Amino acid sequence: MTVLISKDTKLLCQGITGRAATFHMGRAIAYGTKLVAGVRPGKGGISHLDVPVFDRVGDAVAATGADASIIFVPPANAAKAMIEAIEAEIPLVVCVTERVPILDMVGVKAALKVSKTRLIGPNSQGIFAPGICKIGVMSTVNEKPGTVGIVSRSASLTSEIVAQTSAVGLGQSITIGIGGDPVHGIGFVDCLKLLIADADTKSIILVGEIGGTEEEEAAEYLQDAKPAKPVLALIAGRHAPVRRRMGHAGTLSLFGSGGAAEKIKALKSAGVHIAENAAKVGETMQGIVSANNKAKDSA
Amino acid sequence: MYLHEYQAKEILSRYAIAVPEGRVADTPEDAEAIARDIPAKKFAVKAQVLAGGRGKAGGVTLVATSRAAREAAKDMLGKVLVTDQTGPEGCVVRRVYVEAGVDIERSLFIAVMIDPRTGQVTLVGSRQGGEDIEDRAARNPAIMETLLVDQGERPAAADFAGLADRLDIGGDLRDAASAFFEKLHDAFTELDASLIEINPLAITGDKQFVAVDAKMVLDDNALVRHPELAALRDTDDLDPMEMEAQRHDINFMRMDGNIGVAVNGAGLALATNDMLADAGGRPANFMDIRTTANSTQISHGFDMIFKTPGVKALLVNVHGGGMTPCDTIAEGLGMSVQRTGARLPIVVRVAGNNADFARVVLNNCGIAFYDAADIGDAVERVVAIAAGEAAA
Repeated sequence: MTVLISKDTKLLCQGITGRAATFHMGRAIAYGTKLVAGVRPGKGGISHLDVPVFDRVGDAVAATGADASIIFVPPANAAKAMIEAIEAEIPLVVCVTERVPILDMVGVKAALKVSKTRLIGPNSQGIFAPGICKIGVMSTVNEKPGTVGIVSRSASLTSEIVAQTSAVGLGQSITIGIGGDPVHGIGFVDCLKLLIADADTKSIILVGEIGGTEEEEAAEYLQDAKPAKPVLALIAGRHAPVRRRMGHAGTLSLFGSGGAAEKIKALKSAGVHIAENAAKVGETMQGIVSANNKAKDSA
Repeated sequence: MYLHEYQAKEILSRYAIAVPEGRVADTPEDAEAIARDIPAKKFAVKAQVLAGGRGKAGGVTLVATSRAAREAAKDMLGKVLVTDQTGPEGCVVRRVYVEAGVDIERSLFIAVMIDPRTGQVTLVGSRQGGEDIEDRAARNPAIMETLLVDQGERPAAADFAGLADRLDIGGDLRDAASAFFEKLHDAFTELDASLIEINPLAITGDKQFVAVDAKMVLDDNALVRHPELAALRDTDDLDPMEMEAQRHDINFMRMDGNIGVAVNGAGLALATNDMLADAGGRPANFMDIRTTANSTQISHGFDMIFKTPGVKALLVNVHGGGMTPCDTIAEGLGMSVQRTGARLPIVVRVAGNNADFARVVLNNCGIAFYDAADIGDAVERVVAIAAGEAAA
C-alpha cells in the first residue's frame, strides 16, 4: 500500500468510450492497473476494454466494488461527473479534463466538503505509484519504484523530475498532480500530510509555479508540521513576464501575491530546500538525502 | 476574458445596478455629442483600455463642458496609455467612455471573486474606495472585509446586511447596500465571471449606490455557455499571433528576446524560460504546446516562431508524457521547417515518451539539430548560439 492507491485499487472510468479514455485506459491496464468498470450514460450494458459499461456511477460501484474513478468527461459535463462520483462515495476520484468552468468547480468543492471523497484535479495528469498502480495519463518511461514522493501542479515538469530522481537512483514512491486549475480537489497541504505519514516515502518534492496560494499554504503548514523528511521545492516562473492585469493586485494579495520570489521566501522560511532550477532537482535531492544519511551515521 | 468598462457597465445595468449615464465614443466629435446629450453639469472622459490604474496615468479626465469633453477625448484617442498594470508597452486607446460626473458623498470598494484558498465565491469590500486601495490593502489587509458564500445556497439577506454593517453602512442605507451586494453576487454567478470589481462604489448625495467604475473578467472556460458575452471580446486588443496560436491549441506569448522557445506543458515552459534567463539568454516567446494539440497544430506554432523577426535560434524542450509523445512534436517541427524553409539553428532536447522516435523523425525530415543531453546542455548551447559564440 502506498498513498491513496495500491495494486488492489479497483478503478472505474467515467467517459470510458471516448478516444482519449480508451487510449489511456489501455495503457493503464497494460501497466497493471485493475480497471473494473466504465460509465457512459446511454451505453450501459455494453463491454469496452473488456470491462462492463454502466449508465450510472452508482450502478457501476454496486456491481463491481470500484473504489477509485478516473474522469475523461468533456468540460461541459465534467463537474456533473465529479459530483456523481462524490455522491456514489468513491474514496478517490481523478479528473483529467481540462478547461472546466471555474464556477462548476466551486460547486464541486461544496460537494466535497460534505463527503469523504478525495478529488485529484481537474486538469491533472493523475496519481502514479511506479510498479504498483497508474491512475492517469502520465508516461511510463523513466519511472522507478523508490522513495521520493512528488506533488506537482505541472504534468510535464513532473515527468522531468521523475526522470531525474530515477537517474540519481532514488526513484519514486508516488507522484500526484494536483492539477493546474485555480479551484481543484486536494492541494499541496493534503498531499504533504499523506506523504509525511507514508512509510514508503522518505523525501518529498513539491513542484510549484507562479499564481495561486498552494505554495504559501504549504509553507504555513510545514512551518508547524516540521516533518523529519526533507522537502525540496522547485518554483517555476521566476522570470515570467508580468501579464497585464485587471483588478487590483491589492485585493488579490489578500490571498497571496502569487509571485515566485514570495513563494520561495515563504517555503525557505519553513525549512524547505529550494532547487536552483528544473535541471537540478534530482541531484539536489540526492545531495540532501546523502547528507542526511551521513549525519545519521555519525550520530 | 477582460471586458471594457463600458461593456461591464452595460451588463451590470441589466442587473439593476446603477451606473452613471454614459456612452462610448471613438472620435472627439462623438465624445462632444454624447456629453451634449447627457443632462449633467460635469462629465468624466475615460480611456477604454483593458487594464487598471487609468486614473493615475491620465486615462480619466473630469470636464465641465461638452467642448472640454471633446478636447479630453482628442488627447486620449490613438495614444498609448501606460499604467502600472499595462506593462511598459501600454495599451492603445481606441475608444473613450463619456459619462455623467457623479456627486460622490462617500466612496467604497467592493469586489466579487473566487477565494483561491477555499474555492468559494467571495465578496470583498472596503470602507474607503479609490485607486490607492492596492497600497492601502498591502499595508493593512485588515481594511478589507470579506463575505464567503456557501455554494448552492443563496446567501441570506442577513449575510449581505452583515457585510454592510462591517463596512459602516448603516441607517437607511443598510438595506440598499445589502440589495446592491446581492445583485452583484447574482451577476457574478449568472455571468460565470471570475472578477467583478466596483471601485469606487459611490454613495451619492441623494443616497443612491452608483458603480462609478467597473472591472469585469469572465471565465474563458465558461464562455461556451454565454455566446452573447463571448461576442464582446475586443480582438483589437489581442496580439494576432497569440490569437492564432489559441486556435491551434497552443499558448503563445511574445517576449522581446532572440531565442525561440517551444515546450510541452506550461510548468516546463516556465521552468525552461527561467533557465534561459539565468544563463543570460532572452526568450523571444513563451510557447506551451497543449496536450490536445496534434502535429499539424504544433507545426503552426513553430511557424510563428520562425516568422518572429530577430530570432537567432530555436530551443525545443520536450518531455514527452502520456498525452504528447515527443515524435508528435518532431513531426510538427518537420512540417513547419519544410513549409517555411526556415534555416534557424535548432537545439532539441527530447526525453520521455518516444524520445528516440522523435530523433528519427527529425533526421528523416532532413532537419539539422543539436541533440542536447539534458535541459542544462540545451540551454547552454542555445544561449551560446544566440550570442554568436557557437554554431548549431
